[in-house]
Amino acid sequence: MATEEMERLVRREYTQGFVTDIESDTVPPGLDESVIAFISQKKGEPQWMLDWRLEAYHQWLKMKTPSWAHLDYPPIDYQAISYYSAPKKPEDRPQSLDEVDPKLLETYEKLGIPLHERAALAGVAVDAVFDSVSVTTTFKEKLAEAGVIFCSISEAIRDYPELVKQYLGSVVPQGDNYFAALNSAVFTDGSFVYVPEGVTCPMELSTYFRINAANTGQFERTLIVCDKRAQVSYLEGCTAPQRDENQLHAAVVELVALEDAYIKYSTVQNWYPGDEDGKGGIYNFVTKRADCRGDRSKVSWTQVETGSAITWKYPSCMLRGKDSVGEFYSVAVTNGRQQADTGTKMIHIGENTKSTIVSKGIAAGRSDQAYRGLVKVGPRARNARNFTQCDSLLIGDRCGAHTFPYQEIGNSTATVEHEATTSKIGEDQLFYCRQRGIAEEDAVNMIVNGFCKDVFQELPMEFAVEAEALLNVTLEGAVG
Amino acid sequence: MLEVKDLHVSVDGKEILKGLSLTVNAGEVHAIMGPNGAGKSTLSSVIAGKDGYEVTAGSITFEGRDVLEMEIEERARAGLLLGFQYPVEIPGVKNIYLLKAALNAQRAARGEGEIPAPEFMKLVKEKLAFMKMDPSFLQRAVNEGFSGGEKKRNEILQMLVLEPRLAMLDEIDSGLDIDALKVVAEGVNSLRSEERAVLMVTHYQRLLDYIVPDKVHVLLDGRIVKSGDKDLALELESRGYEWVQEESAA
Ligand SMILES: Nc1ncnc2c1ncn2[C@@H]1O[C@H](COP(=O)(O)OP(=O)(O)OP(=O)(O)O)[C@@H](O)[C@H]1O
Ligand SMILES: [Mg+2]
Repeated sequence: MATEEMERLVRREYTQGFVTDIESDTVPPGLDESVIAFISQKKGEPQWMLDWRLEAYHQWLKMKTPSWAHLDYPPIDYQAISYYSAPKKPEDRPQSLDEVDPKLLETYEKLGIPLHERAALAGVAVDAVFDSVSVTTTFKEKLAEAGVIFCSISEAIRDYPELVKQYLGSVVPQGDNYFAALNSAVFTDGSFVYVPEGVTCPMELSTYFRINAANTGQFERTLIVCDKRAQVSYLEGCTAPQRDENQLHAAVVELVALEDAYIKYSTVQNWYPGDEDGKGGIYNFVTKRADCRGDRSKVSWTQVETGSAITWKYPSCMLRGKDSVGEFYSVAVTNGRQQADTGTKMIHIGENTKSTIVSKGIAAGRSDQAYRGLVKVGPRARNARNFTQCDSLLIGDRCGAHTFPYQEIGNSTATVEHEATTSKIGEDQLFYCRQRGIAEEDAVNMIVNGFCKDVFQELPMEFAVEAEALLNVTLEGAVG
Repeated sequence: MLEVKDLHVSVDGKEILKGLSLTVNAGEVHAIMGPNGAGKSTLSSVIAGKDGYEVTAGSITFEGRDVLEMEIEERARAGLLLGFQYPVEIPGVKNIYLLKAALNAQRAARGEGEIPAPEFMKLVKEKLAFMKMDPSFLQRAVNEGFSGGEKKRNEILQMLVLEPRLAMLDEIDSGLDIDALKVVAEGVNSLRSEERAVLMVTHYQRLLDYIVPDKVHVLLDGRIVKSGDKDLALELESRGYEWVQEESAA
C-alpha cells in the first residue's frame, strides 16, 4: 500500500508540475512523464487512463528496440519526435486543390477518387469544399438505431469508460512489445467499435468517416469488440496515398470476438511514399491482434499493403474458443526501395480451431520483402487445423522475396499444411498477352491482379476495385 | 502481305534460321512442314516479336511496314496473330477478361471505341458456339487446367474474336481428337477471305485435308528448301523428308 501511495504522489507531482503549456498545440520533441500527462489532460482523460499510460511508459523504458534480419533502417531517435500536435487549423491547411502537390492529385485521378474526397484526403480545409456533416449524420443515426457504438477512442474513454476499461489492453497488453508499449503510453487517436449481442452491424464501418475529424494519428489505437452473435465488417485506411509529416507510425489494433461473433477487418494501406527523392517515407510498425475468445467465433484479416518505406506487421489471431476460426489474406506490394516484413501468427489454443493463411507478395524494382508466419498449436488444441499458402511474385531481377514459415506443434492431432511458391513474372505470360495486342504495362497489371485474386475476392466489393487500381498505380514503371 | 527476306536468326549464338525467304499474299493459306527442330516455331516467334532471338540479317515486312521495328503489341494490333504451340496458363485472369482487353486494345489502335458489353457478349457467345466450347470456359482462368485440345480450341476462339489479317498457327492440330480437328479447321476456314491470310505449321497431312492450303513449304535446317502446292504435302506424307534433303543438297 505504501509503495502505491508513493507512486501516486510521484505521479501527482508530474501531473501538476509539468512545464508544458496546456494551451499550446504541440509539445516540444521528447518523451517523459510530463508529456504523457499533457496528452492525457489534452484529451480530458480520467486518472485511470493516465495511470495506464504511465504503466506502459515504464515498461517501455525497460525495453529494447527490436532488430530484424530483413529490415534495414537507421535507428530512430525517440527523443526527437513530438508526441502531440493538435489537428491543423483550417487557416494553416491548403485552401484549395491548387495548393496541393500536382503529383498527388495525379495519383488521385488515376485511382478514380471523387473530386470532393480528393480535397479531404490532401488535407485541404474541407469545410470550404464540401459539407460532410450530412453524410456523417445519417450514418451515425443508422448505427445508433442498431445500438452499435462507433467513435474515436478518445470519445470512448470519456463516454464508455467501463467498456474501454474492460477490453483495452486485454488483447495487446501494454508491455507486449516495444512499439505496443510506446503506443500505449502516447496514443492520441484511433477508433472504438462495440457491437452488442446478436446485432449485425447494418453497414461497413470505415475509418474514412473519421478522416475529416482529425489528422491520421502517428500512434493510433483501435479497439473493436463484437459481443455474442454479433458481426461487423471494418475497413481501415483508403487507397489514396496518405500524406503524413510523421515518419514513425506505431499503431495498435485489438479485436475481441465473443461467442459466435464474426469480425472482418480489411485494410488497404497506401502511405504517401514520399517525394521524388523518397523523402517522407513512412516507417510502419503495427501490432494487430485478434482474440477469438468465444466458442465458434471468427476473425478475418484481409490486407493490401503498399506505400510505406518500411512495413513491419503481423496481424494475429489467438484462437481460444472451441471451433473458433482465424483467417489471414494478404497482398503486399513493394517497389522502388521499399522493405516489408509482414506475416501473421495463428495461435491455436482451443479444440477444433481452424486457421487459413493466404499470403501473396509482389516485389518489383529493388525492393525486398519477407513473409514471416507462425502457426502454433497448444497442447489443448485437439484437432486444430491450419492451411497456409504463401506465394511470391518477382518482377525484374533486382528484388527479393523470402519466406519464413515457423511451426510449433504441441498436439499430435493437429493438421498443418504449408504450400509456398516463388515465381518470376512469366516472360511467356507477358508475351502471350502482348501478342494479343495488350500493352506491356496492362499485361503486367493483369497478371499481377490474377495472382492476387484469392485475396481480392475476400475484400468488400468497392474496396476490391480500389485495391486493383492501387496495385496498378504502385507497379507503374516496374517493367520496361 | 508478309514478306520475309533472307532471314538469319540466332539463339544464344547458335544460328537457327539461315537465310529464310517467304512471301505470303492476302487471300492465301500457306502450310510449313519440316522435321523437329528445323526452326518452324522460331520463324513464327520471330515474326511475332518474342524476346531472345537475334536477327543477324534479313528483313520482315508486313503490309509494307518493317516488322522488326515494331513492339510486340504493335504487331498484334497491325493484325498479326500467333496461335501458340504451347499456350501458357495465366492463373486468376479470366478468359473473358483477356479476350475483352485484347479486343479493346486492338480496337483502340484502329481508332475505335470500346466495344459495348452486350455486343461483346453476343460476339463471344457466337464464336464460342461455333467452336463447340462450353460457356463456362469464359469464366475460367486463361488456359488453366485446360486439356491440350481445349487450349488449342481456345487459341482459335481468340482468333475468331480478334479477326487477324494474318494468323500464324503453330501445330494447331497437335493433341486434337478427330472431332476437335474438324471444329478447329472449320474455325480457320471461316476466317479465310480475300483480305486475310493463314500461315500454318503442321506435321500432318490430315489437317490439310480440312484446311486445304494454296502453298506448301518444306523448312529444313533453317531454310525453305522446297515449295509446292497441296500435293507436296501428300508426297511428304508418303516419302518423309530425306529425299528433299538430298535434292536440296544436290
Ligand atoms: N531458347 C532457345 N535456346 C536454345 N536453343 C533453342 C531455343 N529456342 C529454339 N532453340 C533451338 O532451335 C531449334 C529450332 O527450334 P524450333 O522450336 O523452331 O523447331 P520446330 O521446327 O518448331 O520443331 P518442332 O517440330 O519440334 O516444334 C531447335 O534445335 C531448338 O532446340
Ligand atoms: Mg515447333
